[in-house]
Amino acid sequence: MNCIIIDDETAARAIVAQLCSKIKDLDVIQEFDNAIEAIKFLNQQEIDLVFLDIHMPGFTGIDFVQTLKNSPKIVMTTSDTEFAIASYEYEAIVDYLVKPITPERFHKCLQKVKSSLDTAPKRDSEPNAKSGISQDLYINIDRRLIKLKYDEILLIEAKGDYINIKTETKDYTVHTTLKKIHSKLPTDLFLQIHRSFIINFTKIIDIEDNSVLIEKSVVPISRSNRPELMRRLNLL
Amino acid sequence: MSEAPNLKYLDKLAGDDIEFRQKFIDILKEEFPDEQEEYNNNVGNMNYREASENVHKIKHKLNILGLDESHSLAVRYEFELRNGANSLAEQFQAILKNVENYLNTI
Repeated sequence: MNCIIIDDETAARAIVAQLCSKIKDLDVIQEFDNAIEAIKFLNQQEIDLVFLDIHMPGFTGIDFVQTLKNSPKIVMTTSDTEFAIASYEYEAIVDYLVKPITPERFHKCLQKVKSSLDTAPKRDSEPNAKSGISQDLYINIDRRLIKLKYDEILLIEAKGDYINIKTETKDYTVHTTLKKIHSKLPTDLFLQIHRSFIINFTKIIDIEDNSVLIEKSVVPISRSNRPELMRRLNLL
Repeated sequence: MSEAPNLKYLDKLAGDDIEFRQKFIDILKEEFPDEQEEYNNNVGNMNYREASENVHKIKHKLNILGLDESHSLAVRYEFELRNGANSLAEQFQAILKNVENYLNTI
């Protein structure tokens, strides 16, 4: 069984890691001091168990649980018992440990986790658009993860170290590269037509020689990307 | 507050793992002064909401050091700060000093 630990307090992470080290078949894969980094990690790697602090500034443990779609088992850790009831509203949450966590209580918790994993149906390991699980993308704006549905996105423009995501209702500026976001988008919907532009292929209104009209935006087509665009069109 | 901090919890957690014991003490010695400073700045600037977050973190360390009464006061103080008051500031400051002095001895 593998796990990650999320807590903004170094001492708290060290305690959980030490308790884990005493369990024979439990490996701590990584520790995180904030939930957003952990979500990025969970998008890349399958994990059996998350030890999650509820009370973290900005993006809390409960925000984290609500954000995950295909969640691993979660054990909440906190100094406050007041959050206990709220935490049990979520199916993925197996147990609730009050700090400072004792070895005895930790062992009991692990028993619960193991029984829970034994009885749980296997999680989908490869979420994708076709399975209907991932039809959207989360972007990080001011330490909050905002969900954008793929079909809301019109186009994405590179702006130096940032990208501008234009949707039907709003524009979002995100600190990342066009290359990085391109790798996260489904290729059947999105196409790079210029060094600085990715478009939602289904949102094209019309195409002129060197540009595409998407809603009210005119987007240039580079010479090198034009053949792929033409290949994808259902031309009469 | 006459409580004396202790390392009973850490000793139980570490068992015979001397390396972890020392590593954890180092973490406390490194993390606590930062939290203390941040708390003092926030209280000094009347940023009570942020100060309550600092108290939240610090109160875990009070538990770790076996300071049960201090922890109870910190729970009340965190709640108070969240509601924009700081009547327990002086008592909490004494707790911080108690911990600071103790960490200098271990």
